[in-house]
Amino acid sequence: MISAPDVVAFTKEDEYEEEPYNEPALPEEYSVPLFPFTSQGANPWSKLSGAKFSRDFILISEFSEQVGPQPLLTIPNDTKVFGTFDLNYFSLRIMSVDYQASFVGHPPGSAYPKLNFVEDSKVVLGDSKEGAFAYVHHLTLYDLEARGFVRPFCMAYISSDQHKIMQQFQELSAEFSKASECLKTGNRKAFAGELEKKLKDLDYTRTVLHTETEIQKKANDKGFYSSQAIEKANELASVEKSIIEHQDLLKQIRSYPRQKMKASDLCPGEMEHNHEQADQASTTSNPDELADVDLYTCRPTYTPKLIKAKSTKCFDKKLKTLEELCDTEYFTQTLAQLSHIEHMFRGDLCYLLTSQIDRALLKQQRVTNFLFEDFVEVSDKMADRQESVSSQPGQDRPPSRSVEECPIPKVLISVGSYKSSVESVLIKMEQELGDEYNKEVEAPESNSFDLQENLDYLDMDMKGSISSGESIEVLGMEKFTSVLSKSDSQASLTVPLSPQVVRSKAVSHRTISEDSIEVLSTCPSEALIPDDFKASYPSAINEEETYADNEEAIHFEASVSAPELDEAQEGSLENTLSQVDSCCIGKESEGQLVPLPTSVHILSDEDGVVSIPPQPYRQKDQVFHVDFTVENASPSRDKSSDMFPSYELDPSHLLASRDVSKTSLDNYSDTTSYVSSLASTSSDRIPSSAHPGGLSSERHKKRAGQNALKFIRQYPFAHPAIYSLLSGRTLVVLGEDETIVRKLVSALSIFVPNYGHYAKPVKHWISSPLQIMDFQKWKLIGLQRVASPASVNTLHALSRYSRYISILDLDSKTLRCPLYRGTLVPRLADHRTQIKRGSTYYLHVQSMLTQLCSKAFLYTFCHHLHLPAHNEETQEVVASRQANFLKLNLGLVNEDIKVVQYLAELLKLRYIQESPGTTHPLLRFDYVPSFLYKI
Amino acid sequence: MLRWLIGGGREPQGLAEKSALQSIGEDQTQNPYTELLVLKAHHDIVRFLVQLDDFRFASAGDDGLVVVWNAQTGAKLLELSGHTQKITAIVPFPPMESSKENSQLILTASADRTVIVWDYDTGRQVQRSCFQSTVKCLTVLQRLDIWLSGGNDLGVWNRKLDLLCKTSHLSDTGISALVETPRNCVVAAVGKELIIFRVVAPTETLPRWDIVEVKRLLDHQDNILSLINVNDLNFVTGSHVGELIIWDILDWSVQAYELNFWNPSAQLDAQQEIKLCQKLNDISINHFTCDEENIFAAVGRGLYVYNLQMKRVIACQKMAHDSNVLHIAKLPNRQLISCSEDGSVRIWELREKRQLPAEPVPTGFFNMWGFGRVNKQASQPMKKQQEDTTPCFLEPVGDLIGHSSSVEMFLYFEDHGLVTCSADHLIILWKNGEQESGLRSLKLFQKLEENGDLYRAV
Repeated sequence: MISAPDVVAFTKEDEYEEEPYNEPALPEEYSVPLFPFTSQGANPWSKLSGAKFSRDFILISEFSEQVGPQPLLTIPNDTKVFGTFDLNYFSLRIMSVDYQASFVGHPPGSAYPKLNFVEDSKVVLGDSKEGAFAYVHHLTLYDLEARGFVRPFCMAYISSDQHKIMQQFQELSAEFSKASECLKTGNRKAFAGELEKKLKDLDYTRTVLHTETEIQKKANDKGFYSSQAIEKANELASVEKSIIEHQDLLKQIRSYPRQKMKASDLCPGEMEHNHEQADQASTTSNPDELADVDLYTCRPTYTPKLIKAKSTKCFDKKLKTLEELCDTEYFTQTLAQLSHIEHMFRGDLCYLLTSQIDRALLKQQRVTNFLFEDFVEVSDKMADRQESVSSQPGQDRPPSRSVEECPIPKVLISVGSYKSSVESVLIKMEQELGDEYNKEVEAPESNSFDLQENLDYLDMDMKGSISSGESIEVLGMEKFTSVLSKSDSQASLTVPLSPQVVRSKAVSHRTISEDSIEVLSTCPSEALIPDDFKASYPSAINEEETYADNEEAIHFEASVSAPELDEAQEGSLENTLSQVDSCCIGKESEGQLVPLPTSVHILSDEDGVVSIPPQPYRQKDQVFHVDFTVENASPSRDKSSDMFPSYELDPSHLLASRDVSKTSLDNYSDTTSYVSSLASTSSDRIPSSAHPGGLSSERHKKRAGQNALKFIRQYPFAHPAIYSLLSGRTLVVLGEDETIVRKLVSALSIFVPNYGHYAKPVKHWISSPLQIMDFQKWKLIGLQRVASPASVNTLHALSRYSRYISILDLDSKTLRCPLYRGTLVPRLADHRTQIKRGSTYYLHVQSMLTQLCSKAFLYTFCHHLHLPAHNEETQEVVASRQANFLKLNLGLVNEDIKVVQYLAELLKLRYIQESPGTTHPLLRFDYVPSFLYKI
Repeated sequence: MLRWLIGGGREPQGLAEKSALQSIGEDQTQNPYTELLVLKAHHDIVRFLVQLDDFRFASAGDDGLVVVWNAQTGAKLLELSGHTQKITAIVPFPPMESSKENSQLILTASADRTVIVWDYDTGRQVQRSCFQSTVKCLTVLQRLDIWLSGGNDLGVWNRKLDLLCKTSHLSDTGISALVETPRNCVVAAVGKELIIFRVVAPTETLPRWDIVEVKRLLDHQDNILSLINVNDLNFVTGSHVGELIIWDILDWSVQAYELNFWNPSAQLDAQQEIKLCQKLNDISINHFTCDEENIFAAVGRGLYVYNLQMKRVIACQKMAHDSNVLHIAKLPNRQLISCSEDGSVRIWELREKRQLPAEPVPTGFFNMWGFGRVNKQASQPMKKQQEDTTPCFLEPVGDLIGHSSSVEMFLYFEDHGLVTCSADHLIILWKNGEQESGLRSLKLFQKLEENGDLYRAV
């Protein structure tokens, strides 16, 4: 059945070293009029190649032994997303490329059925007719009632952008491996439980049969056995055999983690994971102590029942659903991980790549990045471990994320009749999409007719096609045929590929993927690109959310920390630059890290079946793992955060609910700051519990940027206010209306430098009189103006501590703060700026602040600026050198110097502190007169 | 006094006027304290600060806690809890130079009528003893390796907390201040009286300790609030009604007696009426400090500098604070620091007045008066009068505002800045920002060097 002509099994991007779309001069014959598939006026980035789905999604399919390939779930579970895309058909596709070497059954020489623990296989598959490209992750789950005890499943990330799949292959693979691992762990747990139940049943049956046999024996003293008795005896024997078999299976499934650990060199994170599993397994399921184990592994209410010794034929009964196959806790977590993946890879490829590069670069600025970035780098290996351990569902702790929070996508088709590939199309037609199907049939044709050249080209391709009975399919699949045959032939080679072969592969690739690649490269519709970043995928950057399912739209941020830049590799600058370069031209720098011959070797391994060994992702997995933990709010959280209801800490929850108000957003940040202050007492918890900083989400950033922009335009005294924030002078936003104050505070918080990797020192709303401690802790405070006599105290405190604070009075539109005459803030916050969008402005601010950080870095780490070069030098000489440097080398004037000096102090404090959280925040201040600004 | 002159008709404006008086101005270029660290450990008024060594100090308060801090980092080193009621006195007990034993001890007395000896290196409670009455003052006579407890009576104790001897019951109010004088004598202030005791160390003939009353001095008309040693020749006492008496330390004769120089009534009869409404504690002498030449007195809300040689007040600041000055200290650099019930700490500098008539008005100080035309005119006579009476003046250099309640005491560290404690339960560590920045840089480059990340430019 698996003849999959359109499968390309890719392992490495190395095959595409000569990416055609990077070449400036395109050969004449390839310059087809591009972008043929979309209808007029559509956003060219949302539908790259005429795909029938509106954006990327994840599909889970099963190869059912009863009905064949069938789709089970999509993530997001929204019919709008996949639209008219034929899931049945595509399930057939993706299930037909399962290269898992899964053999289960009675191996020769073994008396009992043997479970085979197979590696997942990872395949890239394309269907250019459908305009769909998919990363396909195959895995096998165990089911006692299934044939050979296995149920093949696959998870596919389906995108219309082939390059996205290719370039994000490593990341996709790593993320999906995690989901798969989680699912399989849950499945093993469920399988073991099932086996135990079955064993009990068998045991009970044996007892019953035994008694019956005895009775018959006694009743029958004639010395020969009746046929009935013989039958009973046979049945008893087969039950006993079955018991042994099942016990053996149980032993096998329980021994899994240990085997696995020995066999593979997993990443530390996963090791932990497996350790835990092992512990779990050993505690719950040592066969020797089955008796006590039963007390809690099986529900005590379970009563064994009489069963037939021979298992029923699988066609007779309904197979278990995916949900039933897996432990609920793990299943929920898997779904969470999958929707995390969906969020993570949402958006245009260049956006993904840019943000990856961005993060990689930020990660390198280890000394300064804490100041303004909400990116969290967890350099501490120990922290990593903690995280990954805590990310696993606790054995006896129920997941803190409730089911309602993570809606389980509904099962699309659970039972159906077996369909052949052709039938499936027909049935589909009959079902609900008949019309669409017709359109589908016509669509490519009409398009290609419109574009004569394109058609010619396609025709050319069609000549060598392998027919699978449907012309439409052929049209789509055809392009991959050549490659597959190529890779097959390569696989048969035992010697590593010569460069020539590689080149020819690349060439062939160029031909096969012309439609998608060239569409990208020479998109003619520049007119359609708005000035301001509309270029990107709508969900990624555009102000307006295009998609109705905002559930976790904000979650996009979920760090795809660019894994290419291993910490080990970070050392030299050149290395980095070249890596960055390679990223920019759209090639994974992974290729540089892993030498080519190795990868080719991998390719030719395993009988042409491509499976990516887990080794190369070690570093990355770790990073991902952490991100997953933090971002995705995995079921079990750190203990320190347990004292809070999980929804308070979980950004995805707050942002998830559709009716989430801004207030809750702010509340959320408040909570975080509380957490961080709390965490500072228990220092080792900081990285985990305090991560979700004030501005962790895209939407929040966008809003903050928008409001900041508004503030700058509205208030002529925005500059001194921002200067106050940058120079560490607490800004008190005073106002009566809580929402207005909170809004402005959130907006201005983008200018507040952080003390460390915990939440920004921002207090959104306070109504009690301020104290000196508050200025030490917070650099931006929203203060309630009360009309009652109680406000006397509040105002008195403000005037008393006026030397430490700047006061922005929203009600009377005044600002009381020191004079600012620098040049930095005007550039940062120009009220005549052309920037219109919040997200753009946010990025602008970020880049300006990064520049500022680098100045602060230079200033901080120049030895002679702070300390005498030799013993004779006086303090005055150093001071004058310092002043000169700030003025001449860094180009700072007047108050700008104070900003850099303040940042430098933060850098120093951060650098010299022994362990995170031990230093006390200082309150630095100046004795400078304040002025009152009015509109 | 001038405040009354001007402010006589302005009473309704109380608050506004007060704040006008307070402000020194924000432009305090000479104020070195540009960094602060709030230390929080106490749950009640923090009343005492005592320096333990170069970098450590202890704080004690009404919550009965004693906390040992690192003055450099602000880190809390130890929390000594043992007293159940507020602490009334705390004194470090330095180790005997001769003894090998090197334990670092502090004594604390509390209203729970106990005295506890602590080892402030380990936080261990070394000894504890109970008393009949609350001990209000503690003094260590290091030469004899004994310490004295002053409550309703005066007890003499050794390091091991054995009671060596004690006086009979002296008074119900108890000893308010205790000072060591030469020849094994101590001066105790008991109400209006000064009582001189002599501690008799055991000799071969009389192998036991004894304490004998030598003399009672009855020159003060009101309760003695403050008592310090000035130098080898004199000690000085101040009373509730503003009497300042300088005594000879050896024969206990009165060297100088001042009463009225801060009393405005003597100079301005017109203000008699107002003087009546003046609270008595406006002229009470709350605290003294001194250097070789001068005695600095905190009198009511004002500060006075009394020159020992000239035997007269050479400078004064009658309205140094909004409220009573509680503690003053003289810094090595001619600066004087005062803290007050109004929650502020002020730094003053003693300067000589130039005799030029066209002397520019020192902005900092006179700004305080600058709240209207009337006041400007009014400030003229005051200035003249000051010129007449005092050759020097105290110029405000800066103020430290941080506490929200009365600042009870402060402690000055040469290297680490100033520590203040207050009734708002907080301790604030005030630091020289520039100096700290330099120190941090130094630390930074040390760490870089340790990590091997430092590349020196050739």
